[in-house]
Amino acid sequence: MRKIALFLIAVLALAMVFTPAAFSARKTIIKIGINAPLTGDIPKVGEGSKYAAMLWLEDVEKAGGLEVGGKKYQVELVIEDNESKAESAVKANTKMITQDDVLAIIGPQSSKQAVPAGEVANKYKTVMISPWSTNPNTTMDRPYVFRGCFLDPFQGPVVANFITEEFGFTKAAVLYDVASDYPKGLAEVFKAAWEKKHGPDSIVAYESFTTKDTDFSSQLTKIVKSGAQVLFTPQYYNEVPLIVSQAKDLGWTGPIVGSDSWGSAETVELCGKNCYGLFFSSHYAAAGAKGATKAFIDRYEKSYGYIPDDVAALTWDALKLAEQAIQDAGKISGRVNKDRAAVRDALAKIKNFAGITGNMTFTEEGDPIKCAVIVRINDKGEYEFYKSSCP
Amino acid sequence: MESIIDILQYIVQNLINAAQRGSFYAVISIGYSMVYGVLMLFNFAHGDIFMVGTYIGFGIATLFLAIFAGLLPGPLIFLSTVVVTMFLASWIGVLVEVAGYRPLREAPRASAAITGLMIGIIFETGILILLGAKRLSFPPLMESVTYHIGGVYFTNVKAMIIILSLLLMLALHGFIQKTKWGMAMRAMSYDFLAVPLMGVSINIIAPLTFAVGAGLASVAGILYGQAYPILDPYMGVIIGWKAFVAAILGGRGSIKGAALAGYLLGFIEIFVATIFPSTLRDLIAYSIILVILTFRPRGFFGMEHSTKLRL
Repeated sequence: MRKIALFLIAVLALAMVFTPAAFSARKTIIKIGINAPLTGDIPKVGEGSKYAAMLWLEDVEKAGGLEVGGKKYQVELVIEDNESKAESAVKANTKMITQDDVLAIIGPQSSKQAVPAGEVANKYKTVMISPWSTNPNTTMDRPYVFRGCFLDPFQGPVVANFITEEFGFTKAAVLYDVASDYPKGLAEVFKAAWEKKHGPDSIVAYESFTTKDTDFSSQLTKIVKSGAQVLFTPQYYNEVPLIVSQAKDLGWTGPIVGSDSWGSAETVELCGKNCYGLFFSSHYAAAGAKGATKAFIDRYEKSYGYIPDDVAALTWDALKLAEQAIQDAGKISGRVNKDRAAVRDALAKIKNFAGITGNMTFTEEGDPIKCAVIVRINDKGEYEFYKSSCP
Repeated sequence: MESIIDILQYIVQNLINAAQRGSFYAVISIGYSMVYGVLMLFNFAHGDIFMVGTYIGFGIATLFLAIFAGLLPGPLIFLSTVVVTMFLASWIGVLVEVAGYRPLREAPRASAAITGLMIGIIFETGILILLGAKRLSFPPLMESVTYHIGGVYFTNVKAMIIILSLLLMLALHGFIQKTKWGMAMRAMSYDFLAVPLMGVSINIIAPLTFAVGAGLASVAGILYGQAYPILDPYMGVIIGWKAFVAAILGGRGSIKGAALAGYLLGFIEIFVATIFPSTLRDLIAYSIILVILTFRPRGFFGMEHSTKLRL
């Protein structure tokens, strides 16, 4: 028995020595980490990120590798599941940075994970680009952390302005998840923007719940009775259908407006006709897209069978940004700490990058300046471009 | 909210909301209480049995809708879904008893509790592997119609959930009070040692108890799918904890108590969220329950167990 155990340990040890990872030190491979929620509350978001990354890798491989300073390097993706939990996202980042020696990290997507994971990336001086996190804290005072999307302090007023101009309403209600960074932050920004426009008592109901709640009837009863004309709910696609249908069952007749977290490919699939005709702010609209954006949408749909959501498009842009930054860095020395710093400096210098979700130039904080679009869910359940709003 | 009528409407509306929420807690907590009554252990996998039951219900509902939609009237499809799901899900209960708890019947109670938690995790990750992390949307088995009477809104789905839950509990009461099986269960919960001497096999009564609990949970799952149609492998965790609290509050082993406490829990949750900011809902609701338990540690209808001779 003991001999067998010893033998097994010896075999394992040998196997570990001969894994490709052990050789990679000699032949430089560019590794890009993907920190995505493949399981947990928002698995569709993780799927979109993964698929976009796979399309990008396909392009790089077709070109025979990534060309940096006249030399072609092989590229490898390290995809880690953060289970849409903050602590797992931190763990995934730590692992990718300290064990896998990734050059840059794309993700995590939602702010709940991106805010704590950004801390780790910055501490280890590794470039991290969150494609989708709109909470200001993700990049605040973190020179190594960037993002691919606009910020909530911008998105909140965009939604408030849109509702005011479109419907002429003055009384609004908010329903949000108090236990998640993104909805909480955006609800606060929206409230401030709305009250600045319509006076201190214009938010007539400001109701919250906690993650994993499924019954919102007491909050919605309050909202219905409060005399609000519009309901703003910055929630993810797993809660939107429940909120919309329960609101209707309790006699809510006004419009329900959402934010970019509604943009998942699965929102309408789960919500059905209840969501037709509703509006939300987002990063891009798939229906009616042109140029490179359309090329990406078509290619994605051909490969994976459905129209990509904003997360996939933003992940694509983030990868392209990383690619350009690596190329701009000039050369890969093989010493990962030095390369990471070079990539960071190159990324901060990128100007007028033409992404499929709009042009980007980074601010001092690593936030891009770009436009938001208002999307309408049309009668076929497609995300239709309705209006654009630029800073 | 100016007039008294407005306030009345508000209260009635929330009563209906609470009755729906409470129905789920009540039906699920009965499963905890029944198992405790017979085997003196809490089946911590019960919340996840509810989840598996919901997934089975989803499968059966999808299948029946695909085959019979248009051929049979809606209520008939609904009823057959309930019956078939109940039958299939009760075998999950039997499986949990036979594979999970039976080998541990003589072991310390802590081992059984830990086993329950592990079975729950196996179910969660099993569903995750089997069906992927993608969210499923429970198909509506009846068209939702909203009624608006005197300022109060309710749907036919809500009414059905409340009525069917009450009927289920009445049926269970009849089963326990009127049948031989029910009598054996009651006897078993009264004296665990003497009853086998009378020729009642615990190896039949214990799985039967689990089967009934799982069957009830699966019907709760179908109803849950009608009210909150998004399925998720971890959906049983929190509702399981809350139903467990209801079982304790009602008095361990008391089915009447579990049902009552389930409704009470629904009412407390809804009304706390109505009166206070909704952020404080769970904090206040469960503080109230803690206070009740301080004064009635055995719950509403709990029996004195300390004098009984147990294994």
